[in-house]
Amino acid sequence: MDMETITSIKPLLATVTPLLCILLIILSRRIPNLRELWTIIASLVTFSIVASMVKTLYTGKVIAYKLVEVYPGIDVAFRVDAFGLFFALLSSFLWIVVSFYSIGYMRSLNEHSQTRYYAFFAVAISSALGVAFSSNLFTLYLFYEILTVCTYPLVTHNQDNEARSSGRIYLGYLLGTSVAFFLPAILFTYYFAGTLDFSLHGILNGKASNGMITFLFLLFLFGIGKAAIMPFNGWLPRAMVAPTPVSALLHAVAVVKAGVFCQLRVYFNIFGVELLHNQNLDIFLIYFVSITILLGSLFALKQDDIKAMLAYSTISQLSYIILAAGLYSYHGMLGGVVHIVMHGFGKITLFMCAGSILCGAHIKKISRLGGIGRRMPITMLAFFFGALSVAGIPPFGGFMSKWFLALGSIEAHQWPILVVLLTSTLMNLGYFMPVVFISFFGKDSESVKRDPDIREPSPFIVAPLAFTALVSLAIFFYPYPFIRLAEIFVKSMMGG
Amino acid sequence: MTDQAPILVILFPLMFAFVTPLLGWWKKDLCYPWVLCGLSLSTIFSIITLKEVLNTGVIHYHLGGWDPPWGIEYVIDHLNSFILVLVASISLLVAIYSKRLVKEENPEKEAYFYTLFLLQVTGFLGIVATGDLFNLYVFLEIASLAGYALIAIGEGQAPFATFRYLVMGTIGACFYLLGVGYLYMVTGSLNMADLSQILPNLYHSKVVMVALIFFLVGVAIKMALFPLHAWLPDAYTYAPSATSALVAPLMTKVSVYVMIRIIYTVFKPYYSIEILPVNLILGWLAVIAILYGVIMALRQVDIKRMFCYILIAEIGYMVGGVGLANRLGLTGAILHIMNDALMITCLFLVAGAVVYKLGGHNINQLRDAFKKMPFSMAAFAVVGLSLIGVPPTCGFFSKWYLILGAIEAENWIFIVALLLSSAINAILFFKIVEIAYYGEASHDHNEDSNGGNTIDEAPVSILIPLGVVALAIILAGIFSGKIVSGIIQFAVPPNL
Amino acid sequence: MFDFIVGKYNYWIYIILMMIGFYAMMSKRNLIKKIIGMNIFQTAIIIFFISIAAKRGATLPILEHAHDGGEHAIEAISYINPLPHVLMLTAIVVMVATLGVALAIVLLIYKKHGTLEEDEILKKIEFQE
Repeated sequence: MDMETITSIKPLLATVTPLLCILLIILSRRIPNLRELWTIIASLVTFSIVASMVKTLYTGKVIAYKLVEVYPGIDVAFRVDAFGLFFALLSSFLWIVVSFYSIGYMRSLNEHSQTRYYAFFAVAISSALGVAFSSNLFTLYLFYEILTVCTYPLVTHNQDNEARSSGRIYLGYLLGTSVAFFLPAILFTYYFAGTLDFSLHGILNGKASNGMITFLFLLFLFGIGKAAIMPFNGWLPRAMVAPTPVSALLHAVAVVKAGVFCQLRVYFNIFGVELLHNQNLDIFLIYFVSITILLGSLFALKQDDIKAMLAYSTISQLSYIILAAGLYSYHGMLGGVVHIVMHGFGKITLFMCAGSILCGAHIKKISRLGGIGRRMPITMLAFFFGALSVAGIPPFGGFMSKWFLALGSIEAHQWPILVVLLTSTLMNLGYFMPVVFISFFGKDSESVKRDPDIREPSPFIVAPLAFTALVSLAIFFYPYPFIRLAEIFVKSMMGG
Repeated sequence: MTDQAPILVILFPLMFAFVTPLLGWWKKDLCYPWVLCGLSLSTIFSIITLKEVLNTGVIHYHLGGWDPPWGIEYVIDHLNSFILVLVASISLLVAIYSKRLVKEENPEKEAYFYTLFLLQVTGFLGIVATGDLFNLYVFLEIASLAGYALIAIGEGQAPFATFRYLVMGTIGACFYLLGVGYLYMVTGSLNMADLSQILPNLYHSKVVMVALIFFLVGVAIKMALFPLHAWLPDAYTYAPSATSALVAPLMTKVSVYVMIRIIYTVFKPYYSIEILPVNLILGWLAVIAILYGVIMALRQVDIKRMFCYILIAEIGYMVGGVGLANRLGLTGAILHIMNDALMITCLFLVAGAVVYKLGGHNINQLRDAFKKMPFSMAAFAVVGLSLIGVPPTCGFFSKWYLILGAIEAENWIFIVALLLSSAINAILFFKIVEIAYYGEASHDHNEDSNGGNTIDEAPVSILIPLGVVALAIILAGIFSGKIVSGIIQFAVPPNL
Repeated sequence: MFDFIVGKYNYWIYIILMMIGFYAMMSKRNLIKKIIGMNIFQTAIIIFFISIAAKRGATLPILEHAHDGGEHAIEAISYINPLPHVLMLTAIVVMVATLGVALAIVLLIYKKHGTLEEDEILKKIEFQE
């Protein structure tokens, strides 16, 4: 891309730090306190490395680092632009929060194989950062696949029959789509464009016939299964069999956001928004994902399992983000990109609350939540905050991104999308508010009555979720540095 | 010494083979270090040869000082110096690995086993080094005869399976010899370089055409190309572990090398493209071999037999790459010779470790193997990912080149076969992983594995080669760009 | 047509021998018969090689006047081609080695299964499984 480039080893360091931490985790596997300390230290170090790049990006420069050439003209290389840093900042920050949460959660449930759990968690974060910092489609694919594989032991952590069948579905969807669609799409892209490097205005413009562009577009749309666009969404609700911290960080933030991040990367920097617009693929895209937005919310309405409801809600919200590539307007793009962060904070709060309810009250079903808010007020208040943010109610972060998306759909003259957004918001309230209501004002359910021991679990669990709940409130008033990074990115694509 | 390096590579195993039985009479325990010594020397000289070729270009070594085309000439170019290193180093690793296995599987007969082992390696190296068609036949038979004997000492129905292999192998060798006779009849020469000069004037001749067909059928039997593969699964399944780890990866790869030599060196590339549509037929056979191999592998409950069918499918990859008859395809095929040799070696090394520790090669014996043998299974995970084609393992890059080549040749069916086989390999791999990871159905949930006291890993002499090969699979992937631009691009005929 | 058959009789002989060997290898049930078929197959190839070396009216390639070759020009046409013979010497060695290995394996099979009939061995293997 045509911006000033600085060579720096920082992106490599940020990606490698979690990997180094694995070694320490394994070495200190017999001393749990030390083992968890390494995770926390690694998460803090990783975050500070990532955060140290923000200043450089503000000045309009990009950071690049080339690792090794694997094919003439194709490198494993890092390149940090505003969008990548935006995602990396979110993932690495939330890793700190979830690390604390993991300690509380895993210990209170006395889970087995915790060393393996922390080790693969670190690999997952490392590859999520790798996705964020990729400078070309090849590197992106590399980390995308590692992310798929290394989350398998996390998803199937329970190692029982349910985990086994969920694990099959998880890998079946993610590996299947990536091998069958994503990989051929990359190869065809390389064949036509002669390069895989991300570029501001895409690399495919004028390189292939219109039919081929459409074909490639479809391959990418279905190939990046992590974005959970219908009909390839089946894996996400099934992946909820994982321990809650995994669902929280990976299936609300790192993995699924890596999916939408890849989708947006491809649309922005491989196709280019102009190309999509000229071929009317943007219109197709927004209406196609609208189906997912509406159906996802609809399915969420009828779930009784808390995590399943959250999973469907995630599926729906992910497609909001993809709208960014289809709404050919400044605010549309900005809204989609910013929604990555806003939804991230909201949804991780909700997941951590679900885990907290599981630890404190051993309840998984919504129908049994009656009266629980009176016993676990902090958790349920945080749940309320998170729900409002995800639904997009001011003064929470989620409102900001939805506002931008709504503005964008008006700018792009796509009125039906505005209707979709509003309908979905109503449905969001429709499935979140009853939970909050019955937990505070409903009658005590059977399970709550029977169990006098229900109370807030350990502070390691409660503090992180209270923190992210407050962040989703605070981020409405102080959305920097995220919004600034998103603005830099969107402006650079709109041609300054 | 260095100008004698090409012949020393072959002479060391040969000479050491003659001394091995004598040494065995005196002191049995000396055989193992003796073999390692011989193969190390061979490996060192193969590396010296490779360096020499990279620095100064093609080496012509005249045996006994007789000038070609009358004398036997060894022509070491980029293609075979590369494969020499591969063959020598893999046999060295397998020799290291064989220590405990030979003692256990063929007690009291180590000396004879190692004699045959060295003779077989001599055969492989000779086939690769020679520039003379008849000399190649002799080495082919040395390798095959040693192979028959090594396989026949295996378990169960090994002798009968070997007998079938012997009959098929002899037919293959005889066909090859007939091909030599037909070419000699019309040209009066046996030297490959000489033949490639003389032959173009005779391309209209039916004799030449028949010769090529005999060559290819003969070599196809030796490499077990579909539909001439029937001997392979039985023979390699019942062979001793160390034997199958040596024969399975190398015999087939060396045969593929011979096929490339004949199609692209002895004959000019355009002969098999324009005059006799061999490449077309090879392409189709490759597709069928790939699909047949992976589907049959899916049905197996014996892991060694499953690996045999995977091998049959992998041969399809290479033959398909040869059949694409363009630069990228052939590059992919040559790269895959290396990658596949590593992967198949690793598979059979794992199989041997499993046989050694868990007592059999039925898939159900792998229960809980991840707990018992974490290192062996980690190596298996690496090779599994490579077979699926997950970057950065080397299997991804072979596919990368092959698919790009297929796009260029517009051979869509081959792309579909490659992708489909990736998907089925994924199923295969996770079928094994599931069994090894989940273990017994009555899994104790709260069992704390942190103690790790159930580890019952294979001995170090097995783990070291296994680790080296697994690491090589990853490194070969990361540095595949360097390998291609440094070596393989010179190995592909320039006019292709 | 007649010329085609009689004029190239050496090739016909080799092809017929090869087919006999091939037939025996493929369809005989007894392993020893298979080995015999294999030998016939290999012998056919030897005959083929030897026959391509032959020339009408030529003699053994032994140069009587090698020392003063200058006075007696060597006419290649009057000597048969020695090279295929040499090649076949090697091939015979390979053949014998193959035969040896094959017989050894047959001994092993007999020890293990107690018979040399292919179908009986197959039945026994199936029975074991």
